[in-house]
Formats: sequence, structure tokens, C-alpha cells
Amino acid sequence: MALDRSDVTNIANLARLAIAEDNIDQYQQELSSILALVEQMNAVNTDNIQPLAHPTDAVQRLRSDQVTEVNDREKFMANAPAQENGLFLVPKVVE
Amino acid sequence: MALHNLTLAQISKGLEAGDFTSVEITQHFLDRINQFDKGENGLNSFITISEKQALIDAQAADERRAAGNATQWTGVPFAHKDIFCTDGTLTTCGSKMLSNFVPPYDATVVENMKREGAVCLGKTNMDEFAMGSSNESSFYGAVKNPWNNETIPGGSSGGSAAAVAARLVPAATGTDTGGSIRQPSALCGLTGLKPTYGRCSRWGMIAYASSLDQAGPMARTAEDAAMMLNVMASFDEKDSTSINQDVPDYTATLNDDLAGKVIGLPKEFFPDSLDGEMKQTMKAAIAEFEKLGCTVKEISLPSTDLAIPAYYVVAPAECSANLSRMDGVRFGHRCEDPKDVEDLYKRSRGEGFGDEVKRRIMIGTYALSTGFYDAYYVKAQKIRRLIKNDFVKAFEEVDFIMGPVTPSPAFKIGEKSGDPVEMYMEDKFTLSCNLAGLPGMSIPAGQINGLPVGLQIMGNYWNEASMLNAAHKFQQVTDFHQQAPANI
Repeated sequence: MALDRSDVTNIANLARLAIAEDNIDQYQQELSSILALVEQMNAVNTDNIQPLAHPTDAVQRLRSDQVTEVNDREKFMANAPAQENGLFLVPKVVE
Repeated sequence: MALHNLTLAQISKGLEAGDFTSVEITQHFLDRINQFDKGENGLNSFITISEKQALIDAQAADERRAAGNATQWTGVPFAHKDIFCTDGTLTTCGSKMLSNFVPPYDATVVENMKREGAVCLGKTNMDEFAMGSSNESSFYGAVKNPWNNETIPGGSSGGSAAAVAARLVPAATGTDTGGSIRQPSALCGLTGLKPTYGRCSRWGMIAYASSLDQAGPMARTAEDAAMMLNVMASFDEKDSTSINQDVPDYTATLNDDLAGKVIGLPKEFFPDSLDGEMKQTMKAAIAEFEKLGCTVKEISLPSTDLAIPAYYVVAPAECSANLSRMDGVRFGHRCEDPKDVEDLYKRSRGEGFGDEVKRRIMIGTYALSTGFYDAYYVKAQKIRRLIKNDFVKAFEEVDFIMGPVTPSPAFKIGEKSGDPVEMYMEDKFTLSCNLAGLPGMSIPAGQINGLPVGLQIMGNYWNEASMLNAAHKFQQVTDFHQQAPANI
């Protein structure tokens, strides 16, 4: 499927990616050619084929609900771009 | 023999015999990294060189040996791909997004190597978030192939491949989502193995496409790859897709007899369009296996051509979800002066990610968006089933499947970077292995125009030991794996 400029803008918004206005044409062309490649899948009938989620069809393991991690708050916070009082700082969300 | 020409196995024996100390050999390799990797003409195979820590670890390894507690790996130098989280050491994944990220914990693979007392010399360069086949998408710049400075080393584990080929380290870890261990191993003349999905823990290995990603060894010989997989492989509670299966001693069966083994040659891996010299090189390598007692059988994997389209749905879809955590809030790059939280997300991500990563996130976002999920992701997973079924059927009749790793030897830096779809074709022989979750390896099989090419060996699930056995026997009667780039 060929995408138009508004598709590209919409996808970039969904992906929370700022892209430059000047690059939209290039993305439009590149993404469309990738989708054209991908659509070769449609040449094959896959009715009644089970989708494969795990290569060896393993199922989710269960474990007992116990705390195994130690509290390492300061170490984890060390990578925060901005913090205050041990909390991650972001621009105001609720007016 | 110069220390850097020793294999892992020889280094391990040399340390045990007291021929040299870990500090001595660690310093020797660090000197080589400083000599060959940096500056305008350097290979650029390392993002971080852990000089200080490596020497501390080497000293500790020598003390451990003196105390009588050494293992085969104690004091042996190697490098990690910069995709593995290393506690206290910068881990960038080749991205500006993580250019300031110091992980608070070790990946399980890192922990496994540490427990043995192996000495990590640094973190190797790679395509950004492992998305690429040429190592040109790294924020830290392209890596040069030591066989020819104008060509790519392959990707995404291109730094690991270049460093091992140039004898800057005897071995390195890699990861393979669509060929990222096998393709650079082929293009740099190494022995690289992508294990069965679930063999090595993915804990702490920065996720690209979680249902495809696997860690594995990149070394010069099959014996070294076996020695490395012995330590890298483990069952891990912390990885929900890790499989609880015993790890055999992969070095114990290296010399088993190959007589009677059947090699399947899929006609789809030898199309008419395949370069004549590549075809010749592969046939000559396969003839060596026949001399070792194997028989050859033509087979068909009819869904092979669907691997590229299916991969370029599954991998981008999973990456778009995995990379959503990179939002500029808790770690990683944050834009200047965000005006609101939406602006914070968008500009942090827009600035932090490179072009190829953005393309794949957008393709994945589109494929997973309302109304398209069945047409893309579910369709691709159904194709995965078809690809797997082809292999299951083939392995009822054959022990190994062999073919080329790449359509051609290493191409020039810049040659394919303008056209993403053309770059994707580079992976056409490696993707199906990942989609099926099967183990695959690349071994040096000769040269074309002075550049190495690799023979791919695929095996059935959990058959890494027999693949390493086949590779080792091949390396006993050939010397492609001993050839080294000039001037190193």
C-alpha cells in the first residue's frame, strides 16, 4: 500500500516521533517501498494456518508471586535526565 | 607465535601453563586496540574501551588462578557487543538515545562470563539498536572491515566481527535477530553461531525484536565458539522465553565422526541468480564435507522467499513496541526545554533515533495500528509457521542444511546506504533461521576478490553441538579460518 503525506504524519504521531517537514517526502517513498516488499506475503494463502508466536511453541512459565528484586532506587534513578525528591521530573501534565 | 594470533583455546591453555599472565595478555590486546582502532584510519570497532576495568579484572583473574580456583575462562580476554547491559559501564546500543546510559545491572550473558573470570576489554560498535546489515547505522560511525578498509564489516554485530578479525580480541559476543552474527562473521572470515531461540538468556540484552533475538559467540574457530557457548548458554528465570534445557559441553563432541551425516542443499539457497563464484565456493566447501563422509541431498524450502517480507513485519512491529520505553523520561536522551510531555516524547525520540530506527518504528507502528494488525502481524506469524514447517519436514531427512550466508562478499561503505530495501536483500539467506527459531552458523569458506565469504550451516533445534562438530571437522582439513587480513 502506498502511503501519502498525511499517513506518514499520522504514523509519526502515533509513534511519538518528531520528524522534519522536509523529510516527509523521503519517508513517504521509503515506507511505501518497504510496504510493497512486505505485501509479497499476500501472494500466499494462509487460511487455517496457526500463527507462530514462539518458535518452539513454548508456553509462558509461571512462578510463585514472591519479591525477588532488591530495592535499588538510587542506582536506577542515576540515569534519570531530570529528577526531584527521588521522582522523575516531566513537564506539567495536569493543569 | 604472537599472542594475538592465539585462539581462545590456546590462550586458556597458555594461562594454565603459566606461559603468560592475564595481565600480560590483556595489556597486549589493549595495546593493539589503541594501535588499530582509533583515529581516522582506525577500524572504529569499539565504542568503549574498558582499559582500567580490564586490567583490574585481569589482576583478579591472576590471583584467582594462583589460589587454584581458575576455570577454562579465567583471565581470558574478550569483548561484548554494546547491546549487552554492563553494570557501571556505558551501554549505548549504537544509539544517540543511549549515549549517556550506564546500566544499573548486568545482562545474564555478561554475568555468566564474569562468573568464570573472563576479562572484558570493552564494548563493540554495532548498527543502531541492531538494525542494519552493514554497521553504517551506528551513531558512533561506520566500522571498517579489516580485510579492506573501504568495505563494510557487515552488521549488526560489525564491531565484534572487525575486532576479532583484526586480532584486537580473540572472540566477542554478538546477537542475531535476522543474521547479525552470521553475516558479519561471513564477511570478516569468522566462525559465528546463532543458537536456538531460548538457548542464551535475553535478560539485559537490549531488545530489538524479542521473538527473534538470540545471543551467540563470534570467534575464529569452531572450537573457540564451542568454548564460548558453553558459558553464554544458560536457562534463566528472568527471561520468560528461556528454555530449561541442559547445556551440554559443546567442546566434548567436536571430534565426533561425520560419516553418514546427510547435508541438505535447498535449491532456494542456490538460485540461478546467485553469483557464479559464490556458488563455486560453496560447492567446493560442501565437497570437503563429502570427503569427511557426509552425503548430499537436494531439498526444497519453498517458503524461503517469504522470509524477507515476514521479517520486515515481525521485526519492526516488535521493535516499535520495545523502543517505546525510550521516551526521555527515565533514562537516555532528553530534548532541551520540552514545552509539554508530548513534546518531550516526540523531540527526545526524534533527536535520539537515527533514520533506520525511525523507519522501522514507523513501519511497525503502522503494521500494529487499528485495522492493520491481522493483515500484517498475524499474516507474518502465519508465514513464520510455513517457514518453520519447511524446516521441520527437511530435518526429517537431513542432519544439516547448508548454503551461502550472503549473496556476495562485503560491499563498499556507502554503496547500499541510500536504499533500505536493497540493504534488506542482504539478509535473504539468514532471516528464515530466525523466523523458525533454529540455530545457524557461519564458517569461513574461502575468498572472493580477496574478501572472505561464509558457508552457512543450519541444524535442527538444540543441535548446536553437532553443528560445531561439523564445523570443527571442516576446520581440521581446511585453513580458511586461519587466514588473516594483511597488515594486522
